[in-house]
Amino acid sequence: MDRLTKDDVNPKILQKLLEDSDITIEDALENEMILNMGPQHPATHGVLRLLLRLDGETVVGCVPDVGYLHRGYEKMAENMSYYEFIPHTDRLDYISPLANNVAWVLAVEKLAGIEVPVRAQYIRMIVAELARVASHLVAIGSFAMDVGALTVFLWTLREREKILDIWDILCGARFTNSYTRIGGVANDAQPEALALVKKFIEEIDSNLSECEKLLNTNRIFIERLDGIGVISKEDALSYGYTGPNLRASGVEFDLRRATPYLQYDKIDFKIPTFSEGDSLARYFVRADEVRESAKIVRQVLQLMTPGEIKANLPKSVLPQKVEVYSKMEELIHDFMIVNFGINPPVGEVYHAIEGSKGELGFYLVSKGEGHPWKCKIRSPSFIHIQSLPHLVKGRMISDVVAIIGSIDPIMGEADK
Amino acid sequence: MELKQLISQKLQTSFPEAELEFSEFRNEFNVKFNKKFVNPICKFLKEDSELEFLLCEDVTAVDWAKRKNRFTVVYHIFSLKLNLRIALKADVDETDCVIDTVSSVWKTSNWQERETYDMYGIKFKNHPDLRRIYMPEEFEYYPLRKDFPLLGIPGSLPLPKK
Repeated sequence: MDRLTKDDVNPKILQKLLEDSDITIEDALENEMILNMGPQHPATHGVLRLLLRLDGETVVGCVPDVGYLHRGYEKMAENMSYYEFIPHTDRLDYISPLANNVAWVLAVEKLAGIEVPVRAQYIRMIVAELARVASHLVAIGSFAMDVGALTVFLWTLREREKILDIWDILCGARFTNSYTRIGGVANDAQPEALALVKKFIEEIDSNLSECEKLLNTNRIFIERLDGIGVISKEDALSYGYTGPNLRASGVEFDLRRATPYLQYDKIDFKIPTFSEGDSLARYFVRADEVRESAKIVRQVLQLMTPGEIKANLPKSVLPQKVEVYSKMEELIHDFMIVNFGINPPVGEVYHAIEGSKGELGFYLVSKGEGHPWKCKIRSPSFIHIQSLPHLVKGRMISDVVAIIGSIDPIMGEADK
Repeated sequence: MELKQLISQKLQTSFPEAELEFSEFRNEFNVKFNKKFVNPICKFLKEDSELEFLLCEDVTAVDWAKRKNRFTVVYHIFSLKLNLRIALKADVDETDCVIDTVSSVWKTSNWQERETYDMYGIKFKNHPDLRRIYMPEEFEYYPLRKDFPLLGIPGSLPLPKK
C-alpha cells in the first residue's frame, strides 16, 4: 500500500494522531498506515470506533471515538419523573440491567431519604449479584471468542440463559427487567424463582470450571493474553479504573466493602485481586468473582426472612396495582405519584454501587420538584475505554481485539 | 465526622484565600471554592500523605439556568485510604466560561472534562485535547444546557455530504 498523504485523512483527526505519537507523517515508514476499526466491528462489543496508526502490524497510536450510541439519557432524565427513568436504566449496561435498576433506585432513595425493608434489600442483592454473574459470563465468553475460542461463548451463554429464566419468573421479563421500585421491588420473590436461584448457584461452580478447563489449559489462549495490555497500579488508579479491571492491577478496592450499601456489611466474601494487570489477570478476576457472587447469593438466601417488600410511605412509594383498583386512598396516591412525581427535598447526592463493569454511579440534583434538575451517569465503560491508547500502544494489531475484550466495555453504558 | 474536620482544617490552613465553604447533605461532604484554586486544591488532596484522594470518580457540571454564576463544576473524588468520598465544587459564570483542567492530576478527568465541555460548553484551560466527545465536531449547541430544547433543534445535525 502506498504511503498515506495528508489529504487522505480528516486533517483534525490526523493532527490528533500525530500528537499522540512521536512519529510524524513526514518520517513515516514504508508500511505506515492509518486504520479505521469500527464502529461496525464484531470485536468492538458494540459501536466503538478506533483510529489506529500502524507501522506494519505494530500499533503506534490509537484514538478511540465514542458517541455512536449516544441517546442523551441525561437530558431525558431531566424531563421525566424519578419513576419514569427506571426502564431507561435497563438500556445503559444492557448485559446486567438489574444492577442498573438497583443503582438508580438507591441513588433516588438516598436523595429522598427512604428506608427500604430488609427483605427488599436482600432481593435486590440477589438480583444484582445474578446480574454480575450474567455480565461476567458474557464477558468471559465473548472475550474468549475474540481471541478465537468460540466454544466457550456457547457454554457461558448456556449458563447465562438460566439466569434469564430466573429473571423471567421473578419479574416477567428476561432482558429489560425494570424490576426495582423506589422504596422496594415490584413484587415479592416467588418460591419457584428462589428455588431456581438456589439450583443455579449450586451448579455454577462446576459449570464454570468446565468452561475454564477449555481456557486455562489452552496454550493459544494463554499466550495471546499473558502480558498483553499491562496497566500498573498507579496508572490504573489515575485512569479512574474501578471494578474487576482495577482489581486485576493489584488494588483491593470494592465498593461493596469500602462503602457498604444494602446489606453487604453482613456478608462474608473475598475480593479477588491479581497483581499482574494484564488481560489474563482481568479474565481470572472475572472468573473468581462469579464464584464470590454465588457465595454471596447463598448467604443471602439463608439470611432472608419473609416480610415487607415495599416501604410504607404512601407519598413516595407506588402502591401495589391490586390495591389501586380497589381502594380510594391508594388510587389517589398512585395518581399523584405518576403525574407529579415524588418531590425529594432540595439537595444533591452521588451514589455509586459496585456494578458488574466497575463503579456505576448516579449524581442527582433535586430542586424539590418531581423530576431531577440534573442527572449524571458515571459509567465505568466510558472511563475504561479512555485508557485504550495507553494499553494498545506498541502492541500488535491482533492484541487490540484481545485488550478491548479484556476491559469489557459496553457501549450502551459508555455512550449513555 | 473527624475526617471531615481534618480535611476542612487542612484546606483552610493551606488555602486561606480560596473562599472555602463546607457543607453536608445526606452524610456527603461538599467543599466549595473559588475556581482559580481548582488545580492546587486537587493536587493537594491527591498528594497529601494523610488524605490521598487517588481516585477521581466523576467530573460534571450543573446548569442553574437563571443564577448569577450559571454553572457549577462538580468533582467527586474518593480516597482509598480513608474510604471517603467528597465532592468539590467551583462556580463558573457564563461570561467567563473557563476553568483550569485537572487532567494533569488525574488522567481520567481528560475525557470527563471533554464530556462536560461537549454538554455544557465550559472550557477547560490547558486541557491537552479539548474536543467534543459525543456530539459531532460541527455541532454548534451544548445539549445539556437548560436553554437547549428536549426535542433538539431542527437542522442542527446536518446529514453527511455525498
